[in-house]
Amino acid sequence: MYPYIPNTPQDEQEMLKTIGLDSINQLFGDIPEQVHLTKPLNIPDSKSELEVSGYLKNLADKNCPVSQLACFLGAGAYDHYIPSVINAITSRSEFYTSYTPYQPEISQGTLQYIFEYQTLITNLTGMDVANASLYDGGTAITEAALMACSYSRKDEIIVSAGVNPEARQILKTYAHAQNLKVTEVETKDGVTDAGMLESLLSDKTAAVIVQNPNFFGLLEDLKGLAEITHKVKKASFVAAVEPISLALLKKPGELDVDIVVGEGQPLGMPLQFGGPYLGFMAVKNDYIRKIPGRIVGETTDLDGKRSYVLTLSAREQHIRREKATSNICSNQGLNALAATVYMVTMGKEGLKEVAEQCVQKSHYAFNELTKSGKYRPLFDKPFFMEFALTSEDSVDKINKALLEEKIIGGYDLGKDYPQYKNASLYAVTEKRTKEEIDKLRRVLEAVK
Amino acid sequence: MKEYNKLIFELSKPGRKAYSLPALDVEEKALDSLIPAEFLTDKGLNFPEVSEVDVIRHYTNLSNKNYGLDKGFYPLGSCTMKYNPKINEDVVKYDGFANVHPFQAESCIQGSLQVMYELERSLCEIGGMDSFTLHPAAGAHGEITGIMLIKAYHDKNGDTKRNKIIVPDSAHGTNPATAAMAGYSIVEIKSTENGLVDLEALKAAVGEDTAGLMLTNPNTLGLYDKGVKEISRIVHEAGGLLYYDGANLNAIMGHSRPGDMGFDTVHFNLHKTFSTPHGGGGPGSGPVGCKKILAEFLPKPLVGKRYDGTYFLDYNVPGSIGKIKDFYGHFGIFLRAYTYILIMGNDGLKKASEMAVLNANYIKEKLKDYYYLPIDTLVKHEVVFGGLKDTTSGVTTLDIAKRLLDYGYHPPTVYFPLIIDQALMIEPTESESKETIDGFIEAMIAIAKEASSDPELLKTAPHDTLVRRPDETKAARNPVVKYQG
Repeated sequence: MYPYIPNTPQDEQEMLKTIGLDSINQLFGDIPEQVHLTKPLNIPDSKSELEVSGYLKNLADKNCPVSQLACFLGAGAYDHYIPSVINAITSRSEFYTSYTPYQPEISQGTLQYIFEYQTLITNLTGMDVANASLYDGGTAITEAALMACSYSRKDEIIVSAGVNPEARQILKTYAHAQNLKVTEVETKDGVTDAGMLESLLSDKTAAVIVQNPNFFGLLEDLKGLAEITHKVKKASFVAAVEPISLALLKKPGELDVDIVVGEGQPLGMPLQFGGPYLGFMAVKNDYIRKIPGRIVGETTDLDGKRSYVLTLSAREQHIRREKATSNICSNQGLNALAATVYMVTMGKEGLKEVAEQCVQKSHYAFNELTKSGKYRPLFDKPFFMEFALTSEDSVDKINKALLEEKIIGGYDLGKDYPQYKNASLYAVTEKRTKEEIDKLRRVLEAVK
Repeated sequence: MKEYNKLIFELSKPGRKAYSLPALDVEEKALDSLIPAEFLTDKGLNFPEVSEVDVIRHYTNLSNKNYGLDKGFYPLGSCTMKYNPKINEDVVKYDGFANVHPFQAESCIQGSLQVMYELERSLCEIGGMDSFTLHPAAGAHGEITGIMLIKAYHDKNGDTKRNKIIVPDSAHGTNPATAAMAGYSIVEIKSTENGLVDLEALKAAVGEDTAGLMLTNPNTLGLYDKGVKEISRIVHEAGGLLYYDGANLNAIMGHSRPGDMGFDTVHFNLHKTFSTPHGGGGPGSGPVGCKKILAEFLPKPLVGKRYDGTYFLDYNVPGSIGKIKDFYGHFGIFLRAYTYILIMGNDGLKKASEMAVLNANYIKEKLKDYYYLPIDTLVKHEVVFGGLKDTTSGVTTLDIAKRLLDYGYHPPTVYFPLIIDQALMIEPTESESKETIDGFIEAMIAIAKEASSDPELLKTAPHDTLVRRPDETKAARNPVVKYQG
């Protein structure tokens, strides 16, 4: 017997009899002999919970978690504080063992928190409509580009080199499959080159995509870039934004952004070696019938009670098949729940306090690290919580020295930007202490 | 108990808070001295102000409005709602797994890479494939990845006139949507009256423009397609490749492998077959496997193992279709699936498929006198009925589904597959005992009898739920998609 399989041998016999068969093997009699496996799978035999948890604990211990180090690494995934309430709620099996809320009568819990999530995301971004979430920040950028192409019936996309390199690679993968043209606009002094953007725009441009703060941590002139973009008819201005920063920075909705996307991991999700995270997306009203993924709407039931349902499903694959706006048929439900609980737990003041601490601590770190001149700022532009420093030493060498002192160093920008050799991108979240930052400085100064 | 009917926003009271942070320990500077004022908003967030107690009570109350697998039977066809083992949830919380940054140094992530490597090897064995990528975030994401592999293969051969993907009419809606997303046009072929791929129609459909075929086997009727070898021969001879939609893998583990059937690429749904929770709609995970001929096109990075036993991320994949997902996929889901595979072992996985199939056939046998069974043959993991056998009452599949709610069950998948009128698609999985299934069967029979004796009772169902048939037309006509208060 297996713990997750309740039928006893006696049950099996009774059920087989009802079916009119003698053996379990006969249940597989419809599989032609040549494709019927006769030998066992080459996978170890079943094991007890103790044996398996022991084995996996051992593997977990081969990693070096950020909890035991001081993490100054960001580049798209961040070591933020996660309130305990989040796990308490996402661990409720009424939430995590449920399916997509296709039966609204017994799914009001899921439907309502998605409705709350959509409300919070629209408020955070200043946009009109948010969907119920997408896979992650990178694929959300691609979905935004595809939506812009479908909205404008055009097929050229301009993306800033300041957008996360992974996200740009994903975009290129999809664009290749769909025969869309992707052009990159370079950065100048670390931010999107507005002049070059102007020269690249044409009547065929469907979307211009930028990131704010951009991959280097720098603040982009969203309003100016939106203005340039909107000189082209039906061209969508897409901004990939960092959610915590929106507690302080001007909202995309104030800056004439058409489509906002972003990575929601900072909103209460553990690093978990890269996923699952959360892609959020919010748009102006004009795009509501083009937005991919699920949307929850408010309605009333037979008795006039306020209730929630999945809505606008005429966009989706199970109805539209090959004419759907996207093939997406899931959202990151549980991650959207985590983000919702995070946003309401931090609330109006808390998110702002997190954002302010990120700004204060990262600027303190920036000043401290650049004091001696051994490490120089790569750019001279306003940043939010990440900044790039360059020196004579390779990032690899520096990070090895830092790791010996239990510090996770910055991201090696040279991997994606060959022109920025020996440049580290440091992230300083609210979790880093002055003591850790001072130690980072000391160890950096001692690198030989 | 009194019904709870509040939004979190309606609990807000100025001055309340649910968080605490350490005091700032660096010298505070004026914000606009760090970030120029032109970038800063003067609009505050309109987030609720609530206490921690409010947060916990609110979402606990919301959770009570949900039906989850841990509450009871969830026979959603094609969704494989099997039990989500609790050890899985423990393992993802191990410090060494939960708190690792994806860009940490190779020496710091050996445990994570080993999990990925071993999971890939296990999936290769289960699927009869040579290589796997774990990157795809969900089934649909796996589909597009697999179709991109096929496209890359034809492109490399300079075979650019292949612009069509063949999809049977019983396919999941994601299949045609995926093929379209990859730039292909779709050729839909009809099923035979036995619910299988019509080989003559397939022969007529293939040609020099065939890029590939997407197929689920067992298909969405729960039927194992006996002609699968012939199907793969026909497609391969025409120069096309075969994609296996692994949504229904739970029917055949240890009995039959897509690789042996002739498929070139597959996706598996870890959130179906491998027991990871559905999470109210995600996150899932849809790893993609392939045969050697497609391995050079897999997304970057791959997980490699050196002779010295260390693991590494391999970005040196010149033929790769590129990246398709941030980082390396849903690592938290890989952990759960791998835990399940280790616990079940080769014997347990096979047993799981056997009991899933036994349960489905048992339900078929017990209900076929009451519900219309279009094709009465051995099924695999699920059975599809076409509504009531006696249709005189005018009771629809939707009415039956809604009435099941009163009986305390999550209804089956309804109105899918599209080729069966009034479809009721029941997938019990191996997690359910004979007693649970007998209880469900009794409820289904009682409903069939009610349809004759009191059809109004069904047409106005459900009667015992918190809300009753929320108005979807109203929601779509005048969308209210955020709190207006």
